Amino acid sequence: MNAMNRGGAVSPGNTDREAKVRTGWAIGAVAVGMTLCGCVTVNAPDKPIEINLNIKITQEVVYRFDGDAKRLIEENADIF
Amino acid sequence: MSNRGRTFTTALLSVALLGAGGMALAQARDPAYAAARSAGQVGERPDGYLGVVGNQSDAIRDMAADINLKRKKAYTDQAQAEGGTVEQRGFVAGCNLIARTSAGEKYMDPAGAWQTRGSGAPIRDPKCI
Repeated sequence: MNAMNRGGAVSPGNTDREAKVRTGWAIGAVAVGMTLCGCVTVNAPDKPIEINLNIKITQEVVYRFDGDAKRLIEENADIF
Repeated sequence: MSNRGRTFTTALLSVALLGAGGMALAQARDPAYAAARSAGQVGERPDGYLGVVGNQSDAIRDMAADINLKRKKAYTDQAQAEGGTVEQRGFVAGCNLIARTSAGEKYMDPAGAWQTRGSGAPIRDPKCI
């Protein structure tokens, strides 16, 4: 933005450069600030998530093991 | 009451109650575990283990890890004695455990998302019976 003196006339010369220098300092300040603060924070889980959602099992095996599973759960009710 | 008398009475009561209700009274869930289930802080996973739902306290996480260690031992013993892999035994147990969740409890669906059990059937792997 060009500087204006009281009379409303626009002064020629350094005003554009002044504005650019000011902008340059402003960008520089922001850049330095960003590198200094190291703003990116990621909270990683403290334990890897170990769930297997793709277990190899056939329908036939499910049928075969189901009764055992029911019994196991009933006999160990405290942990199930 | 003498020690022997107390033991006898306890045994008698246990048998009577077990006979009446058919419940596994001798092995009820730990109150902290029961509370965590009701609050939806832990939930059943399709692999047969207990999952921690979101961010929970160290106490909850430790409790779930302890339970899972015991479950893993149970599945391992079962696999060694009766065949199949530990994972397969866990999967079939998981099918049953999710089916046995009460309304309001949490379980994980086959896609890995936590669901809240309602009154209807839970979302399970199609192979679960």
